[in-house]
Amino acid sequence: MHKENLVLIGNGMAGVRTLEELLKLAPDHYNITVFGEEPYGNYNRIMLSPVLASEKTIEQIMLNGEQWYIDNGITLHKGKKVEQINRARREVIATDGTVAHYDRLIIATGSVPFMLPLPGADKAGVIGFRDIKDVDTMLDTASQYKHAVVIGGGLLGLEAANGLMKQGMNVTVVHLLDTLMERQLDKPAAAMLQKSLAERGMIFLMEHSTAEIIGGERVTAVRFKNGTEIPADLVVMAVGIKPNTELGKSAGLYCERGIVVSDTMQTITDPKIYAIGECVQHRGIAYGLVAPLFEQAKVAANHLAKHGIARYVGTVTSTKLKVTGIELFSAGDFTGNDQTEDIVFKDAASGTYKKIVLQDNQVKGAVLYGDTVDGSWYFQLMKDGTDVSAFRDTLLFGQHHLGDSGHNPDTRVASLPDNAEICGCNGVCKGDIVKAITEKKLFTLDEVRAHTKASASCGSCTGLVESLLAHTVGGDYSATPKTKPLCKCTDYTHDDIRHGIIQHSLKTMPAVREHFEWKTPDGCPSCRNALNYYLLCAYPTEYVDDAQSRYINERAHGNIQKDGSYSVVPRMFGGMCTSDQLRAIADVADKYQVPTMKVTGGQRIDMFGIKKEQLPAMWKDLSAAGFVSGHAYGKAMRTVKTCVGSEWCRFGTQDSTGLGVKLEELTWGSWMPHKFKLAVSGCPRNCAEATIKDIGVVCVDSGYELHIGGNGGIKVRVTDLLCKVATEEEVLEYTGAFCQFYREDAHYLERTAPWIERVGLEKVKTAILSDAANRKALYERFLISQQPAQIDPWKARADGAEAAEFTPIMIEA
Amino acid sequence: MSKWIEVVELNNIPVLGSRLIKTRDTDIAVFRGSDDQVYAIRDACPHKGGPLSQGIMHGSTVTCPLHNWKIDLGSGNALAPDHGCGNVFAVKVEGGKVFLQL
Repeated sequence: MHKENLVLIGNGMAGVRTLEELLKLAPDHYNITVFGEEPYGNYNRIMLSPVLASEKTIEQIMLNGEQWYIDNGITLHKGKKVEQINRARREVIATDGTVAHYDRLIIATGSVPFMLPLPGADKAGVIGFRDIKDVDTMLDTASQYKHAVVIGGGLLGLEAANGLMKQGMNVTVVHLLDTLMERQLDKPAAAMLQKSLAERGMIFLMEHSTAEIIGGERVTAVRFKNGTEIPADLVVMAVGIKPNTELGKSAGLYCERGIVVSDTMQTITDPKIYAIGECVQHRGIAYGLVAPLFEQAKVAANHLAKHGIARYVGTVTSTKLKVTGIELFSAGDFTGNDQTEDIVFKDAASGTYKKIVLQDNQVKGAVLYGDTVDGSWYFQLMKDGTDVSAFRDTLLFGQHHLGDSGHNPDTRVASLPDNAEICGCNGVCKGDIVKAITEKKLFTLDEVRAHTKASASCGSCTGLVESLLAHTVGGDYSATPKTKPLCKCTDYTHDDIRHGIIQHSLKTMPAVREHFEWKTPDGCPSCRNALNYYLLCAYPTEYVDDAQSRYINERAHGNIQKDGSYSVVPRMFGGMCTSDQLRAIADVADKYQVPTMKVTGGQRIDMFGIKKEQLPAMWKDLSAAGFVSGHAYGKAMRTVKTCVGSEWCRFGTQDSTGLGVKLEELTWGSWMPHKFKLAVSGCPRNCAEATIKDIGVVCVDSGYELHIGGNGGIKVRVTDLLCKVATEEEVLEYTGAFCQFYREDAHYLERTAPWIERVGLEKVKTAILSDAANRKALYERFLISQQPAQIDPWKARADGAEAAEFTPIMIEA
Repeated sequence: MSKWIEVVELNNIPVLGSRLIKTRDTDIAVFRGSDDQVYAIRDACPHKGGPLSQGIMHGSTVTCPLHNWKIDLGSGNALAPDHGCGNVFAVKVEGGKVFLQL
């Protein structure tokens, strides 16, 4: 088949997205040539703000490296600017003389920052905020100079100001009006935003109009129309962008603000020429956000692929601010008029503001500040024109209020309908994401990004996508647990089965399966592991563990890695070690040629790349040196992290290291519903990060604070304070009692954080604090179950237990 | 014609578990069901090559330890919603001994 020539001018987000969409639809239609002015592959321009703030690197925001162009047979002319389009000969000509013939042409030249025509605006140090070069200039300036002035308090200006501040500059934002981001925010929300940015150290000069930029070769100050002056080593103009129509105009294409295009993204002058992105004007609108560009890209690609069934009819846009720690969302008409009504919630103390504008019981616009979880829901209601009269009373409380009373973001995401848009940039709905997660078995954010593009652009929906991921992959706890069966093999719940095991003295897996009328003979990987744990917990001294009902990590007492090798973590109580122990670990590492070693987040040493059949021999050597298994692989107590405490630290109030060792000696080896971590901090400075652990002890002058239910995983949760005690003995007793209560009450694979959120802190406090006899009984049961649990599994296997597990059979064939 | 080779005694495979057989060419996982039915499959998940011998067996299915794909041990096919096929080997039990056809 004869291939036509397709030329793209502009190697940015809109143009390259068009190519991506086109390659999906018609990979073999065209010989493709791309001209890009910048000397890079294709990068994510909207992530320049995080690069400036040092939250990302340039490498991390590259969308398509040069390999992508090679892989797809695309000719890339980077660093070449096209200066002429010869429509008669159907050629584009670059400044260096490169000529490319086209059958169809896409212009995606984007926009240019609008530079105020001020006296002195041509001095060194006066720039816009548009590309990697501008970011480089800002980073370079920040390393040498102190004072930055950002002209323009809009979205881009504030992101630039935040980034420069993070680079250590004194930043003043100059704004013509009395409110920031006036195109996206109303006055109350803008005032809250200004307050929190000011608290971070940003200086604002509102209602100031710049008159002149002062300096010699380089800028030194900015003078305003009111006569005042401030010092400036760098001036960033962020007062707006204008479509870059220079090339389109010179080619004789009809332009107003932008190059005018039809609903198929063809220029109205020449149907062989498409235009897309920020250089375009469609039905009178020139867009400056990413979501419309991607919609346009889809339409153009559909047309280029000769399907010809897609039309672009404009985009309703919403905005979020990419300044870490500030939650802000707006969409639609948020100012309202005399036909509209406002519903407003404002809590200045908690920094929350919500305003919904309604007309005829339909959402017309919204501004959210501080809590933006429901932004996508309001946006959806607005786009769908949903009649909200049925739930108007509770509209402001968000979507989660419609259903059950779930109060964590996970449940909120769970209650969104499938057509709710999660990623505004790429137009990805909840249903698409959940489907991809379940069908393609996705486990990480990166995988979700790769398969759906959700959260792959500006990243402001990352939290929502992570919640969806957590909920879809492992969300036993966030569905309605009271009625949810343990697994597909049974109709009974976790709680039914746990109670039944005790009540009817069911002591083996077959007995449990028979009693609860299991539908499968052997069970499945979900229930087998759960039952094994429940029986072990109920009958610690009687029950015979079933190795085949454990995940491979627990069966092999090491973590399986992606290549099928294992990792080995010897236990170091409280993180303490001696030079002899380190030497022993080093000797073992040498002897078994361990390729990688790493200190873990829990202050232990991890040895990677061990073949399974090597494990018992390696454990024997470690055992001889006095080490036991670190259980880094188990649904078990893993580590007690410590700081140095009063023994060395000048702030330490108690012996946190010694206490950590005692706690680890008490709890090591115990099987838990899920992994379980402790930490002891010697003072409220909390160097051991005790407040994101399952149990955290914070030492204070008068004793010990016991904190519970923290988690540093996908969803970070800070601990709840359980109580304060005076002695180390009490710390041990309360800890043991808490461990046992969790072991006996939580569902298998439920960590303490969701468990406490499910059952309520009061229930835990009642069990451990209010009833001393119950606490002592729990502690007693914990101690009993620890007797068999503290037989080191490594030593047992080094001595020959389960040898077949570790011994492959060699066949000469 | 490939021949039958004795590889292991049935009783040396744990019930609902597996043994790993290493040959010159490939690694093979031999599984034993709760009904003593025996299965043999190349020790690599069709998804990302995970060692199936290390997975959890249930019925005539094994769940890969790396990413939880479920593989039917009879046919080698991945169960829906996944797609893929592992290489299964002919296997028989005679006189308490397991034979593979290689």
